[in-house]
Amino acid sequence: MKPEDYSERTVEVDGWPVHLVTYRLEGKYHCKADNVSPGANLARIVADTREEAEDKALARAKELLGRTRRHPVQ
Amino acid sequence: MTQYAHPEVLVNTSWTAEHAHDNNVRVVEVDVDTKAYDEGHVPGAIAWAWNTQLCDTTVRDILPKSQFEKLMTDSGIANDTTVVLYGDSNNWFAAWAFWQMKIYGHNDVRIMDGGRKKWLSEQRDMETTSAQAHPAAAPYKASDPDLSLRAFLPQVQAASKAGNVVMIDVRSPQEFTGEILAPPGLPETCQRGGHIPGAHNVPWGKACNDDGTFKSLDELKQLYGGSGVTGAEPVIAYCRIGERSSHTWFVLKYLLGIDKVTNYDGSWTEWGNLVGAPVEKGSAKGAQA
Repeated sequence: MKPEDYSERTVEVDGWPVHLVTYRLEGKYHCKADNVSPGANLARIVADTREEAEDKALARAKELLGRTRRHPVQ
Repeated sequence: MTQYAHPEVLVNTSWTAEHAHDNNVRVVEVDVDTKAYDEGHVPGAIAWAWNTQLCDTTVRDILPKSQFEKLMTDSGIANDTTVVLYGDSNNWFAAWAFWQMKIYGHNDVRIMDGGRKKWLSEQRDMETTSAQAHPAAAPYKASDPDLSLRAFLPQVQAASKAGNVVMIDVRSPQEFTGEILAPPGLPETCQRGGHIPGAHNVPWGKACNDDGTFKSLDELKQLYGGSGVTGAEPVIAYCRIGERSSHTWFVLKYLLGIDKVTNYDGSWTEWGNLVGAPVEKGSAKGAQA
């Protein structure tokens, strides 16, 4: 099998950049969301359509990023 | 690739596609997201999980020698096998595996430039069945650990105090300044935010192009040279738990050819939880935003 319909983009979620990679494998869309600079995985979703996979991945990313606390640095 | 100090440690996706089933080659996927392999992987590749197979799960440490030898033997890897590592997030954890393999003296270990991302974007063949790793005919014999590749807390404390080592913090700028205590979206794993006094901030991902491949030699020289990495002084790289910094360690040692570079895998989860450890906050001189 080969991945098809591959795409990637960066969007902003609650002030944080989130990188989305989406592709189709054997009829299902796979979407991975990660936080850009460290590159750690936030969500991996498999769904029937691109929209559904990306929406669910972004929702999960938003949930996790909402827990990130910003601290004063001075 | 030929401009790098050690171009032999990199292979491209085409080479991997051609040689993945060679008898003397073993391709191993090592991901941040340990479920990625199951959805599809390079045909013939096996997988190692960084959080269970590439660390001591009792003591906080790298794999003990005996467990490393067992992992290699069980993976069908002999001492003269060519091991090709690749993974997601620009080969972040592939570099972690590479570092441990070099600590235990494996001669021919390489990284697939661009990693999983490039393989996917090139729409190359994938398979979902787990490749069967036939154990090696003879037990793998690892060397004693080469600790010249690894920095421990006392060395880092001495280096920070003396200022005679270039300290590279490879975390994100927000982690470096102390604005956040872990990568966005992940649990906080330290008591204090900031960085080791004197450290420069060069986020690890800056060493890669958008397609996941490593930047050119000139670009890497410029990137790290701006933070005092010239090869004249030893370098210590660190991050939060030592994995991102293994990627920078790989770049500095094998692509730029810096001889004295170590990975401080205790990293910020050690330093940032240490009672009495000095912490610098905010941007430091030479920091890369």
